Amino acid sequence: MTEKDQELNLRQRLSGLSRLPLLRGVRVNGESERLERQLERLQADTSDEAIWRSVELARHADRPYTMDYVERFIDDWVELHGDRGRADDGALVTGLGKLDGRTVALIGHQKGRDVKERLDRQFGMAYPEGYHKAMRVMEIAERFGFPVISLIDTPGAYPGVAAEQHGQGGAIARSQAEMARLTVPTVACIIGEGGSGGAVAIAVSDRVLMQEHAIYSVITPEGCAAILWRDAGEAKKAAAAFKPDALHCLELGVIDGIVAEPEGGAQNDHDEAARLLRTALVENLEELEDTPGEELRRRRRAKFRGMGVFA
Amino acid sequence: MSEARIDVQVEHKHAPPPAEKKHPNTCPKCGSHYRDDELAAALWVCSHCGHHFPMRARARIDWYTDPGSFMEEAADVRSEDPLDFFDLRPYAERLSEAELNTGLNEAALIGQATIDGHPVELSVMDFTFMGGSMGSAVGEKFSRACDSAIERGVPLISVTSSGGARMQEGILSLMQLPKTVCAVEDLHDAHIPMITVMAHPTTAGVLASFASLGDVTIAEPGALIAFTGPRVVQQTTREKLPDDFGLAEQNLRFGHIDAIVPRAEQRDHLTRLLRLFA
Ligand SMILES: [Zn+2]
Ligand SMILES: [Zn+2]
Repeated sequence: MTEKDQELNLRQRLSGLSRLPLLRGVRVNGESERLERQLERLQADTSDEAIWRSVELARHADRPYTMDYVERFIDDWVELHGDRGRADDGALVTGLGKLDGRTVALIGHQKGRDVKERLDRQFGMAYPEGYHKAMRVMEIAERFGFPVISLIDTPGAYPGVAAEQHGQGGAIARSQAEMARLTVPTVACIIGEGGSGGAVAIAVSDRVLMQEHAIYSVITPEGCAAILWRDAGEAKKAAAAFKPDALHCLELGVIDGIVAEPEGGAQNDHDEAARLLRTALVENLEELEDTPGEELRRRRRAKFRGMGVFA
Repeated sequence: MSEARIDVQVEHKHAPPPAEKKHPNTCPKCGSHYRDDELAAALWVCSHCGHHFPMRARARIDWYTDPGSFMEEAADVRSEDPLDFFDLRPYAERLSEAELNTGLNEAALIGQATIDGHPVELSVMDFTFMGGSMGSAVGEKFSRACDSAIERGVPLISVTSSGGARMQEGILSLMQLPKTVCAVEDLHDAHIPMITVMAHPTTAGVLASFASLGDVTIAEPGALIAFTGPRVVQQTTREKLPDDFGLAEQNLRFGHIDAIVPRAEQRDHLTRLLRLFA
């Protein structure tokens, strides 16, 4: 591409972006200066370096996790434990609480902050029991008309002997099927790593958002590099090739919007990250709440059934 | 060679075969060797030890359906390369090569047929096409099979054989999971039965989507049915793996499938199910 083509390409991309439900938190709060900064950053964000920076920020050890957001914007939080069959999976938390005055069911992956908690929560990699627990809470939501909020942050579903014996593949399939059946509004946001089946299991939602520096991908960059390049060290190349960043996901029609992060990334200011995320969640819920449940479900299925590029 | 030897290591599904690989007609379990016509006559099952060799999609359709009854649908649906994906080789090149080697234009075939007189819709995967991986075209074909079954009010028989999502399509390949799940939910709502036959291997993204949602699920003996394959589990967790880790036999024991049915008995088994759902 010539420099001119590149500029044209970027301009088109930007004009497309301004039409999309992008950067909600920012737009709603009228912080035009910040919006400009975000757009500038996105404009520059076609480089492989920028994609890799999102991979690093999405996995940053200080990034806010699901419970950091719950503490900041869910009132009357009551965590619900256990799948009623076998276990309580710490990698996936579920519960009920109030978001901007309405009761919601919240499902979110939870990584650990210190070594012990990380081990207890399997680094945010859920067993089938985690998805069974999520389905149980979705059923409660459906019965009582509570919207379902999913916060996604997992490297992937847990890859272990017991997880396989307990039916990891089937659990992920059935969790998606349950989401495809719901008649309540559903909003998901990828708040860190959206790793493969373990992520999409709870992301079959009316609105799927991504934080600015979150990633959403079919495999980890290291996993892809190990298979296709035969060298896990080529993760950067792999990420550049399969483009897990929010902007590319938006362009491919996989997500419905991008949620802005504080300057330099969500890890720098948990309160501000929470404020921006809360605004986006509430705004999306408000846009869905007047639509009849059957219609929500019909549109949700049509949206996902339209995904893909083929000849 | 169209009957390319299929690697049982799904994690290596795009890797070129190691040099020491045995002849594709040599049974990996007992070492018996067969001529092509012998294998075909035995439905690609080792007559000595019962090992199920991989079966190509068209051969399987011929075996299941009444002669001349199969009418292919959506044959023109093919993969695109939305990411301009390039690893050691361009995705576009891998696709052309797969087409040449397999005589197929994607890893799934769909269409209408009759089985013992019962009209059905079929979706059959072929592992020789890029490891049966699911990209946008496979997701679309399976979804159209669901729609065709609904439209005609006939059961859907889905045969799976796949290493998972097709990485070269990036996030769009992951989106084929919810896409096919939504298609199955439309099928369920229309009260159309889906019978799933899991062939070796049924893993990762395909297991974690439409393959697991059949009303009745049978598997071929010895098929690997796992979300994460043994090599990756071993490498990530350093756990000691049970001998039958992830195999159909273990899946039956743990309650994930309804039955293991040897290939030679599958046609009768399907016919019986079709009578029950008729
Ligand atoms: Zn043998
Ligand atoms: Zn692949």
